[in-house]
Amino acid sequence: MLTSNGGKIIMSESNLLKVSGLDKVYDIKKLMMPTLKLKALTNIHFHVDRKETLGIVGESGCGKSTLAKVLTKLEARTNGNIELIGKPFDSFTGAEFHSAIQMVFQDPYQSLNPRKKAIDIIADPLVINTQKSSAEIKDLVLEMMKKVGLREEFATRYPHHFSGGQRQRLGIARALMLQPEILILDEPVSALDVSIQAQVLNLLLELQKEFSLAYLFISHDLSVIQHMSDRIMVMYLGRVVEYGTRDQIFNNPLHPYTKILLESAPQTNRRENSEHITVKGELPSALNLPVGCAFEPRCPYAQESCKKSVPLLEIKQGREVACFVAQ
Amino acid sequence: MLSIHVSKSRTKMNDTLLNVENLNIFFKSDKNPEPIHAVRDLSFSLKQGEMLGVVGESGSGKSITNLALMGILGDSAIIKAQECTFNNKNLLNLSEKEWQKVRGGEISMIFQDPMTALNPFLTVEFQLVETILAHIDCSKKEARERAIDLLSQVGITSPADRLKAYPFELSGGMAQRVMIAMAISTSPKLLIADEPTTALDVTIQKQILMLIKSLQIKNNMSVILVTHDLGVVSEFSERVQVMYAGEIVETAETKKLITYPHHPYTYGLLSSRPGAIETKPKSELPSIPGIVPAFHHRPAGCQFNPRCTNAQNDCLNQTIIIENGLRCLHPMAEK
Repeated sequence: MLTSNGGKIIMSESNLLKVSGLDKVYDIKKLMMPTLKLKALTNIHFHVDRKETLGIVGESGCGKSTLAKVLTKLEARTNGNIELIGKPFDSFTGAEFHSAIQMVFQDPYQSLNPRKKAIDIIADPLVINTQKSSAEIKDLVLEMMKKVGLREEFATRYPHHFSGGQRQRLGIARALMLQPEILILDEPVSALDVSIQAQVLNLLLELQKEFSLAYLFISHDLSVIQHMSDRIMVMYLGRVVEYGTRDQIFNNPLHPYTKILLESAPQTNRRENSEHITVKGELPSALNLPVGCAFEPRCPYAQESCKKSVPLLEIKQGREVACFVAQ
Repeated sequence: MLSIHVSKSRTKMNDTLLNVENLNIFFKSDKNPEPIHAVRDLSFSLKQGEMLGVVGESGSGKSITNLALMGILGDSAIIKAQECTFNNKNLLNLSEKEWQKVRGGEISMIFQDPMTALNPFLTVEFQLVETILAHIDCSKKEARERAIDLLSQVGITSPADRLKAYPFELSGGMAQRVMIAMAISTSPKLLIADEPTTALDVTIQKQILMLIKSLQIKNNMSVILVTHDLGVVSEFSERVQVMYAGEIVETAETKKLITYPHHPYTYGLLSSRPGAIETKPKSELPSIPGIVPAFHHRPAGCQFNPRCTNAQNDCLNQTIIIENGLRCLHPMAEK
């Protein structure tokens, strides 16, 4: 059996983003109490290439949003190496960094300043990070609005004039203004109505082709992840439990958690005879993790060995899995 | 398992529990002299022990309808209907005192976000016992015992300890279980579940939906399951009605509707779900253009015509009536 020391799956030279051994630990301080360590991310390895989408799935508390925050420097990491476009993460200046990696947020109702006009919201990244004249900026903004499907006359409107889908288009336009290489999409369609979701997903696919973007697509919705991703990373309580290509994960999931996640998602075209498997219990607290595998208390396949030590990622059937039981 | 089978055979599906004919809901507003017509000509019925799925996007009127059935719409609402009977009672003429018996007693409701539906200042025990005492004639001690029993029925481990917990000490799934315990504490005939799992993770969503389903069968309770997710209704409800802009556009047995959606809106909703039809990964998804019209800018004719691919001239100006569960002049062809 091959072990994956340091996440060494086959990596090309041109990794746009390469993360290895990433940890994030929060100190929980309470008055008169010993400081508690909350391990939000433990030993995360992955890479993203140009024009590629890496899907990140997991339930609340699995660390997917913490990962997005660390990668956008909204939070500092505790340990680990991150390389962005071949350079160390910490060597970037502000403006350089912002034109490499940008983020689109989940809730388009809260992530746009209600007191600014659309044109100013989209122009902000350019105003802050470049020396361009205001006439130049205006042209660039109007061009970008057209690309994301917003009409020119919307430029002087305020966020409350827009529908949810249009607001998310605004958020996407803002993220693209500095021509980033990587876009982190944190649940970009989960706040939208079903009929609007497809419109925004189509726009994201179009933009990816046009600008050769790499996406880190975070979502809890498996059907969306399946449609959008080339490769998928499944997370549970701060650790990666399975990491492989879309077809490996969806057609032949190996980790029990991945299996249960796929099984739990409501489907319109479920096979007649497929059984309803439900997982018992809920996520344990990240402050009080089990000694062994974090999924062991809920896992229907758990064995004695699962309680004793944490399974590390190993290559099984061509993808990485962290499970003693999976073969 | 046995008890479920026994009560299933006892289930009488023929008794109509709720019958709504031509329900219209208007809202008075300061800005508009004309009241806003939020729900139009809604007719449906529900049998004892049946689960009805209601699917629609925001602004489709699904929540307003439920609030009307619970009698909690407030003074700005004008409710008109040809008929609105529940368990042989006319819901339109109930006095506030009679409503208090029905609401929370015979009709219960669980809401989307359990964390905001529970009072954060009061323990689970206080909230649960209060509900029981309001509807059932029993002592406080009996109510407490009933509360413990209910919590174990909804799958909460060590229920006696959990009674002392405050809502913030519960996880989202656990809080929703408490809400369900509260809703079934008065053995209601009808449970309205308004997006009960939207705020929850998928594995927990499945647990909660299975719980509602098992209670429906065990207690022979009728359930209205409101959701925006066609996947949820297709797995759990026998019948489904699709709402759009305040109207029912299509209603049918769930399996039929999912296999042969006739209304272009239903078809659009189904096919814009990634993975619902055979789509190549990263290919363009079929999508419904445009957005749901606002309440005060409703189009003439068919409400869906500005976004519809099948729309023709006759869709533009006449009111379309619902016939055989379908409100459409040019439905999708059956494949």
